[in-house]
Amino acid sequence: MKTLSTLFKNNVREYGMLIALIVVMAFFQFQTKGVLMKPVNITNLVLQNSYVITMAMGMLLIIITGGIDLSVGSVVAVIGALAGVLIVRYDFNWVLVVAISLLLGAAIGAFHGYFVAYLKIPAFIVTLAGMLIFRGLTIALLRGESVGPFPRGFQNISSGFIPDFFHYDGFHITTMLIGAILSVLLIWLDMRNRKNQQKYGFEVTPFYFFVIKNIAITAAVMGFCYLMASYKGLPNVLVLLFVLITFYAFITTSSVIGRRIYAMGGNEKAARLSGVNTPRLLFYTFVNLGVLASLAGLIVAARLNSSTPNAGDGMELDVIAACFIGGASPMGGVGKVIGALVGAFLIGVLNNGMSIMGVGIDWQKVVKGIVLLLAVLFDVYNKNKNA
Amino acid sequence: MSDVILEMRNITKTFPGVKALDNVSFSVTRGEIHALVGENGAGKSTLMKVLSGIYPYGTYHGEIYFQGEECRFRDITESEKVGLVIIHQELALIPFLSVAENMFLGNERAKNGIIDWNESISKTAELLERVGLHESPNTLITNMGVGKQQLVEIAKALAKEVKLLILDEPTASLNENDSEKLLELLLQFKEHGISSILISHKLSEVNKVADSITILRDGATIETLDCKKDKITEDRIIRGMVGRDMTHRFPPREKNIGEVIFEVRDWNVYHPIHEDRKVSTNVNISVRKGEVVGLSGLMGAGRTELAMSIFGHAYGTRISGTAYRHGNEIDISTIDKAIDNGIAYATEDRKAYGLVLIQEVKNNITLANLEEISSRQVINEPQEMRVTSEYRDRLNIKCSSIQQLALNLSGGNQQKVVLSKWLFASPEILILDEPTRGIDVGAKFEIYTIINRLASEGKGIILISSELPEILGICDRIYVMRDGKIVGEMPASEASQEKVMKYIMTQQEVVEQ
Repeated sequence: MKTLSTLFKNNVREYGMLIALIVVMAFFQFQTKGVLMKPVNITNLVLQNSYVITMAMGMLLIIITGGIDLSVGSVVAVIGALAGVLIVRYDFNWVLVVAISLLLGAAIGAFHGYFVAYLKIPAFIVTLAGMLIFRGLTIALLRGESVGPFPRGFQNISSGFIPDFFHYDGFHITTMLIGAILSVLLIWLDMRNRKNQQKYGFEVTPFYFFVIKNIAITAAVMGFCYLMASYKGLPNVLVLLFVLITFYAFITTSSVIGRRIYAMGGNEKAARLSGVNTPRLLFYTFVNLGVLASLAGLIVAARLNSSTPNAGDGMELDVIAACFIGGASPMGGVGKVIGALVGAFLIGVLNNGMSIMGVGIDWQKVVKGIVLLLAVLFDVYNKNKNA
Repeated sequence: MSDVILEMRNITKTFPGVKALDNVSFSVTRGEIHALVGENGAGKSTLMKVLSGIYPYGTYHGEIYFQGEECRFRDITESEKVGLVIIHQELALIPFLSVAENMFLGNERAKNGIIDWNESISKTAELLERVGLHESPNTLITNMGVGKQQLVEIAKALAKEVKLLILDEPTASLNENDSEKLLELLLQFKEHGISSILISHKLSEVNKVADSITILRDGATIETLDCKKDKITEDRIIRGMVGRDMTHRFPPREKNIGEVIFEVRDWNVYHPIHEDRKVSTNVNISVRKGEVVGLSGLMGAGRTELAMSIFGHAYGTRISGTAYRHGNEIDISTIDKAIDNGIAYATEDRKAYGLVLIQEVKNNITLANLEEISSRQVINEPQEMRVTSEYRDRLNIKCSSIQQLALNLSGGNQQKVVLSKWLFASPEILILDEPTRGIDVGAKFEIYTIINRLASEGKGIILISSELPEILGICDRIYVMRDGKIVGEMPASEASQEKVMKYIMTQQEVVEQ
């Protein structure tokens, strides 16, 4: 029992957020009379949040280094605009445009990263400048008007669903199959991890907790897949998100680069004196976010089926808020992918739930602001209690 | 004549694990210049911080009487109110404000919150005149040299109607000329009845101006010498400063010294900000296989700067000189390359430069050599745990688990984590910068044991230490540094505290004779 309480104490942040998310979802489920959890709405929720989550993965890395990127909303817009102009006005092949956009995103990230990492200009200022520059370029590219519509293939990036190989009417069997494979994989990974920890004599949670935890996770995964399967199956975007989340979770927990990013954020000087090339690392975190922001830009454009001058407006704030709600520290060195994910979902559910309830955009902002403040307050409270 | 202005009685101040001051008594006569001398860490600065209220009443034991009245200062403003002003080694002026703005900072000439600039500026001009500084009150501090800034600090003290002026190493960063000027000023103040306490490592200066000298050693008063009665020689002062029991503090080592494995020649380094200031001048040092080489000198002598410039140019600009490993020239222009060439540098400031405090012990140990525990950029966590557990056992790091945060370890154990990190990088040449600073005697002994073991494994070790007994106790050969230059080199067998101290303290000309 002792280990269970220490486990909770050590992960109070993650569990706290998860509980908050569940409470908020239950609240809206009740208030919207069950609309929130309807398959079609869940699909919407995922689609609406996909760009925030995509960018949160990259933003998290930058926040861990102790930096910030305010430009992502504008990058979303300028990439969307470029895609729109090239595909609609100049008839480029959309696959080629996707490739160009991602490369350009990397270049934009490199532009920010160069100033921040090598010229030592504070990230806040550089990316504030970038925010203005790329918003301006968007309006110039689009000549102030929306451009669209896009060909079917491009639209499918965000509004398509994975194909079903079983063609069973009204139920997407492939989705359930993927869910089952995923569940088995997760259980296997957790078992292996537990064995490793035992081998090195670390305290592990009691076996019954391990069982309960895995049953809960499996139930959540299968339940979610069931909901999806009874609508149109898994959206393409969700598959993309899953790949991204897995990749970044892996990078932050198990890779050399991730370890170095945390070290740099925790103590830049110590990291540098340990042989970490900190400017180069910082540079690449910006390049990385540039690529992710351009990916988000493509998803947004595909979803709206047009490129608009004010796409992604204010989106940087949702992305940053997701990271901070998820427990990242503005001082750097702290933050988890799973936290940012929960943070993004919390914001997403708030947006979605309040919209269904008919709460105006004005009060939505007030509520989101309060949630951000409460989450950070919770952090500070915990820190003081432990100190 | 024996009109006592300040008396400190039985002052005791403890920090967690260390007794910094042990029953120290100290008194200053009105109108004298009283020098306070002692080795680094003897407790001089601590004593002055107690006096000026930086360590408030209640955090120490003992009594302070100033002009016959007992004082219980809660902060520095209270001590300044009675006329006790301290000028720190690190100047406390705001660089982008003018002289006049700095002069009355916190003490503004103002009516109803509105500053009277006319009065401020004319008063400033008057005070500058008194310290012999011919500068406009509107000059920005950042545009003045250190010597002039020091004078501004003193003028600022005068503005507060100082009765007892405390100067902590005022001439440490001044050139000959400016130092001379400053000492003249102190003598002038003496005429006007202002007493001074002068903390200095430069014994020639002390001898020149002091009326009496109090020697501190290991947090206790050793003696107070009266300079007016009889002539005090520098040797006499040095003898008071050193001379302590040295038996059984250092573990013995079987010496097995081989060929030269690392050498730097004609090493020159410039200050990263003040680009015309040289911090290392024509330094030549070498280390042999299995040898522990000491680098002795005062704080500010340029030892850390030298070490960090060698370690992948981590400090300084316009670095020139060549480095050799086993006789072959090597490239150590980045930290990465230095590590690849078998060099490791364990910093003196483990919290700021050595550890990522908010991370686990394990992550800190592997940080400098992640390649060793990973394949294709993926960390092999079981292997990491095995390796770090090994180091924990080998160096006897006391932690609840290798997943404990470095933040929560004691100083000695943090130091062992830093050492583990560099041992794991398996260097051939280890530069250890003040490895025993701020840790207790038991942990020190353990660190010495580790150093001995490394030497007997055939590594070359450069040990930077401000504690002379330590240098004498574990080194095979000793370099002495002053003002960025190597001013002495001797085998440890021929060295004594007095001899090393003489190289450290005396002026250049004497050494070169």
